[in-house]
Amino acid sequence: MDVLRDQNWLLSLGTFLPLAGVVIMLFIPKRDEESAKLVALVTAIATVAVGAYTLVKFDYGQSAKLQFFTSHDWIRPIRATYTLGLDGISLPLYFLSMVITLLVIIYSWDHIPSPGNAKAFLMLMLVLQTGMAGTFVAQDLILFFVFFEVVLLPMYFMIGVWGGEQRQYASLKFFLYTMFGSALMLVSFIALFIVTKGNTAEGGSFAFSWFQAHGPEIAKTTAIWIFAGMFVGFAVKVPMFPFHTWLPDAHTQAPTQGSVILAAILLKLGTYGFVRIAIPFLPQAAVKWAPAIAVLACIGIIYGALGCLAQTDMKRLIAFSSVAHMGFVMLGIATLTPLGVNAAVFGMVAHGLITGMLFFLAGSVKERYHTLEIRRLSGMLKQIPRLGWILGFCAMASLGLPGLAGFWGEFPAIISSWNPAQALVGDGKLDLFRVLTVVAALGTVLAAGYLLWLYQRTAFGEPNPEFTSHGSGAHSLSAAANHGDDHGSDLHDVNTYEWIAWTPLLIAIVVFGVYPQLMFKVIDPAVTNLMRVFGK
Amino acid sequence: MISALVASDFATPHVDYHALAPEIVLGVGICLLIVLDLFLAESRKWLVSTVAGLILLGAVLPVVTLGVIGSDVRSMFDGRYVIDNFSLVLKALFLLSGYVVVLMSSRDTEERTPYQGEYYTLLLTSIMGMVMMASARDLVSVFVALEFLSIPAYMLAAWRKRDSKSNEAGMKYFLLGVFASAVMLYGMSLLYGVTGSTRLVDIGQAVTGTDHLVGVQVLGIVFVIVGFAFKVSAVPFHTWAPDVYQGAPTPITAFLSVASKAAGFVALSLLVFLAFPAAKSVYEPFLWVLAAVTITVGNLLALKQKNIVRMLAYSSVSQGGFILMPLAVAGTGDARTSLRAVVVYLIIYAATNLGAFAVVMAVSRKTHSGEIASYGGLFNYAPGLAAVMTLFLASLAGIPPFGGWYAKFGAFKAVLEARTGAAYTLAVIAAVNTVVSAAYYITLMREMWMKPAPDGDESPVRVPRNLVAALVITGVATLAFGVLPGFSGYGAITGLAGAFGR
Repeated sequence: MDVLRDQNWLLSLGTFLPLAGVVIMLFIPKRDEESAKLVALVTAIATVAVGAYTLVKFDYGQSAKLQFFTSHDWIRPIRATYTLGLDGISLPLYFLSMVITLLVIIYSWDHIPSPGNAKAFLMLMLVLQTGMAGTFVAQDLILFFVFFEVVLLPMYFMIGVWGGEQRQYASLKFFLYTMFGSALMLVSFIALFIVTKGNTAEGGSFAFSWFQAHGPEIAKTTAIWIFAGMFVGFAVKVPMFPFHTWLPDAHTQAPTQGSVILAAILLKLGTYGFVRIAIPFLPQAAVKWAPAIAVLACIGIIYGALGCLAQTDMKRLIAFSSVAHMGFVMLGIATLTPLGVNAAVFGMVAHGLITGMLFFLAGSVKERYHTLEIRRLSGMLKQIPRLGWILGFCAMASLGLPGLAGFWGEFPAIISSWNPAQALVGDGKLDLFRVLTVVAALGTVLAAGYLLWLYQRTAFGEPNPEFTSHGSGAHSLSAAANHGDDHGSDLHDVNTYEWIAWTPLLIAIVVFGVYPQLMFKVIDPAVTNLMRVFGK
Repeated sequence: MISALVASDFATPHVDYHALAPEIVLGVGICLLIVLDLFLAESRKWLVSTVAGLILLGAVLPVVTLGVIGSDVRSMFDGRYVIDNFSLVLKALFLLSGYVVVLMSSRDTEERTPYQGEYYTLLLTSIMGMVMMASARDLVSVFVALEFLSIPAYMLAAWRKRDSKSNEAGMKYFLLGVFASAVMLYGMSLLYGVTGSTRLVDIGQAVTGTDHLVGVQVLGIVFVIVGFAFKVSAVPFHTWAPDVYQGAPTPITAFLSVASKAAGFVALSLLVFLAFPAAKSVYEPFLWVLAAVTITVGNLLALKQKNIVRMLAYSSVSQGGFILMPLAVAGTGDARTSLRAVVVYLIIYAATNLGAFAVVMAVSRKTHSGEIASYGGLFNYAPGLAAVMTLFLASLAGIPPFGGWYAKFGAFKAVLEARTGAAYTLAVIAAVNTVVSAAYYITLMREMWMKPAPDGDESPVRVPRNLVAALVITGVATLAFGVLPGFSGYGAITGLAGAFGR
């Protein structure tokens, strides 16, 4: 495969820069929270700057190729290499991970969750960033695995230490599910290596290019089994029905920052794995698995939506909506068409922006009302109008309103499922996919239903008396009102840090909604390149 | 050449002093230590531990020079004592883990026992046995090395004279150890009887010579393996381990669970690769079952432990199962990959487990408790200790980027390399077990990070300098093996001299 090797240090710098911040923070005393925050912020800004430089230097005319490519020996005895590279699929996700981390750190400026300890919290955040960015640029299976797993422990601690009441249960569940997936994934990675390298004791490689060349050659039955292991690993992370049960708990219990990162980036590691690894390396198995994946994706769409309708907690509702949205992404991937995968990659970014934003909002609502029970929230538009409007905006974006980013993830995914790849049609799966198109379309209606219902219940109507200045709960909240503008109540509206953290996301949602081509033209050549194996 | 000599006419054997230098340094050092102990005033006994540490480091030196200078195999006593890359890497492993144990011991023994000289003498003697084991290529020298390393260990396990648990530990370890030795010796005698030689390579050739294995051969092989299964505490021969680990002084527990276990695996590898290469129809199914059962049962029992040392004991049983995995496919799969997998697992596991025990010692200085519940709040009052313990636990669980993942990776790779249904099954069993093991490692992490201190006492822990040194060595090693495993030097192991058709 052609690669561009210009400025091959850039990706390493962008990936490992956060760790430099971590090392500096080690020497800051725990009590000096301001310095810790400052170092974290500076590191995150520097990382985004490197990311921005990558964006500028990226050759958009050749986005199908791996750029800033670097490759070195890493673990010679097992033929693992340190190979990084970035193409049109990786670029948006790589940059998104950096931006989200920066925004989350800005948001943390006055929102360090209980029990405090900003230093440890931010250090974990930066470690997470390295893992996330590394996963999107790794071009070697072992390197990918290591980065993929690096995010596990920081997230575990983030949920478990800084989370809600059920945090220990939720974090354990998150950890064990993910661990289970990755153990099987590792086994299938090794099996793939051993099968592709042939009978020689030496030889073979863990580099992606090796598997792209030799993966399609292996026997179908073997490929199906190896795919099964990868499927479990990635599907847990996505999460797909029926592996999704860790997600509502983890999201609900995680601190706001954790939820945002989890929704915006971590879930994408799974879908990215499908797009980058499972499907291109094992195309013959992917054809066999695609119908099953598509069915599970549609079950996820409907199940997630129904789950949303049954929730009484706002954050849990958003979590279930993630299951539904990732169902659309997986449906797009399962069509094995360039259109479907384009939609999927777009959907990943859009979901990252929108759901990340929704979790920010949920965190801020919780901070103001000290509850997320939908029943008790009402009249947000009267009480904290700006926050209410932003919530409305994000709900619209999330339900897939044309003109906002969410639409361009869902709509093409549904369209593409009407015409799946030629290989799937040849297998007689066309009818199945067309049925699923209808089911998925139905899912969008349900999405509109639960999101509008959520918005109606929380934002419209009169404010709940228990949260107005005359109500009983006012005293505990009055402290929070000190640094916000007063609107006839004790609740403060969106504050400065929140504005700084949210504005970029809101702008991006509009920009990508109005001009999706901006991203599609970057993704498309790379996707087309990967999907060539499936014909049309 | 030496091998050309006929046994009947005696000739003075050629002794390669450079090759024997590690053993010589250790031997002289042990004598020196005894003498030194006699002449030291009670108030200056701490010198003993320093000297013991220096002796171990001194013995590492020739290992390094041998590794740098000689790429060839040095063989002595008619090929019964061999120094190749395999033995050099393992000698270094034994000596360095011994050094860490000395670091861990010095403060501990200072507080609890006056018998410093004896303690270190026995410790060094045991290490001497291990160093010999790495080079032994003959049933007799394997057996001598084994007893050499075991007998001091029995005494060390019972070191706390007035503690009934420690006495129980020593007694249990001794009785079961002797029983295992007896079974093994019986197996060895059968093998000798059938093959007519005690040299491992000869046994290997004799076993190859027969078209099908006769009953006595099978019996001999099984008995020998059973004997070593006791040593490496494979299920169902593991029952001594938790009691001994709990009763013995903590540095000794660390020593037993790492070095002594590693020595057992070294012997097992020697036998599998040199003496039984053609008997894979016997040892493979047997080791397959041992590995699967050991991993699973060890994990399930570890899940319900309330005491940290017992938990680590069962965890080390289960980790032993992972080391058995590559051996269970040594014949069908790629022998070189299997051997490397075993060695690299031993190295990484040693660093990690020693570190975990060092943290246990540091924490117990404050809490005086071995209960897992006593780790509550550690992250608040001793974030550094909590962080390194997390590192070690994550490594044991096999989470990148800490060493353990690479060890597990090697084991999985070796198993899958065999490409048989049985091998795939074993890999899946092991994969599922990694999740189970994560559950109990995570329990401890949860305790440290998420629970409050049980008695509300949040005063910081004072960690003595030597323990800090031990933690730094093991921590850096654990991290380094995870990030750059290629540098651990095990890549130099291209095989056992005499094995793999060379």
